[in-house]
Amino acid sequence: MAVWLVPAIVAAVIAIGLYKKVNVYETLTDGAKEGMHTWVSIVPHLVMMMAAVAVFRSSGAAQWIAGWISPFTSMLGIPPDVVPIAMIRPISGSATLAMLDQIMQEHGPDSYPAKLAAVMQGSTDTTLYVLAIYFGAAGIKKTGDALKIGLLADGAAFLFSVLAVTWLL
Amino acid sequence: MVSAAFGFLLLTGFVFAIVNGTMADVNAALFQSMGQSIDLALSLAGVLIFWTGIMKTAEASGMVKALAGTVQPLLRRLFPEIPEGHPVFGYIASNMAANFFGLGNAATPIGLKAMRELKKLNEEKETASRSMITFMALNTAAVTLIPTTVIAISLKHGAENPSDIILPALVATVCSSVFAVLLDRYFAWKRSRR
Repeated sequence: MAVWLVPAIVAAVIAIGLYKKVNVYETLTDGAKEGMHTWVSIVPHLVMMMAAVAVFRSSGAAQWIAGWISPFTSMLGIPPDVVPIAMIRPISGSATLAMLDQIMQEHGPDSYPAKLAAVMQGSTDTTLYVLAIYFGAAGIKKTGDALKIGLLADGAAFLFSVLAVTWLL
Repeated sequence: MVSAAFGFLLLTGFVFAIVNGTMADVNAALFQSMGQSIDLALSLAGVLIFWTGIMKTAEASGMVKALAGTVQPLLRRLFPEIPEGHPVFGYIASNMAANFFGLGNAATPIGLKAMRELKKLNEEKETASRSMITFMALNTAAVTLIPTTVIAISLKHGAENPSDIILPALVATVCSSVFAVLLDRYFAWKRSRR
């Protein structure tokens, strides 16, 4: 569907622009210039955040913490192998995709851990990146409660995933 | 708060590197990340520049404003601080729609544009406004119709019915979005009492 959606949107914008006698090429390039400014303001956030995430991931800290809390998470219906996914998800999407791949390899793609991990991955976003990039682009220094809300909502999404997989699959 | 998260990741990482004896890996990963982040930034650049141009054109022809008018009755309650008929409603709606249909590439530039418009509304202050926090709460909850990458991985491993995760994922993400909005309301109420 996405294959048709994007060209349709672009075509509609240009066609309506021409019909409304907008100088389409000028607005396109003007906007593009604005996009470049936005890009410049998010690059420092990308570099710094990815550095911190890389250090955290490669140190094995997530696996340790997951080991400590796995007795509690098992009570909630989250298998030990899935706990690191829940921990890393808010900071790195590509890392959890790799972990999901591994879980499917080990348990099979139709097993409970694989389905749960897949639903968790599909129902959440990389909260920390989104916040760093969006607030970075707008030049916001004080982010209020945004991170707290994002992380608590991620936590809730993981618990809802357990319920949804148990009841709907 | 972002500083705290940054510090937590970096410092716990180093402490665990000492405990686990993985400092060499950490060191390698740190330097690798610098190249990776620039690769990611470069892959984002073209998309960002292109879509911001498209959005500017859509705005100039009045499309964003028309969309803003349509979705305003729905979004008005979530964003009571945005003045009536403001085009930022259109940007927020486009961003949510793009996320919903899995057009992540288009969603980010539109979302960034919405964020900058929200900053203008907040008199260019460097503190996040209530509307920004609500927008981020909705955005990070990530309501997606079809999680395509996840399905692709299931397919690769030969799952019997890879698309059966669509419904549970949608239910989980809608529930967590509602939860995020409630949390947002609660924290806004707490801030207003101070």
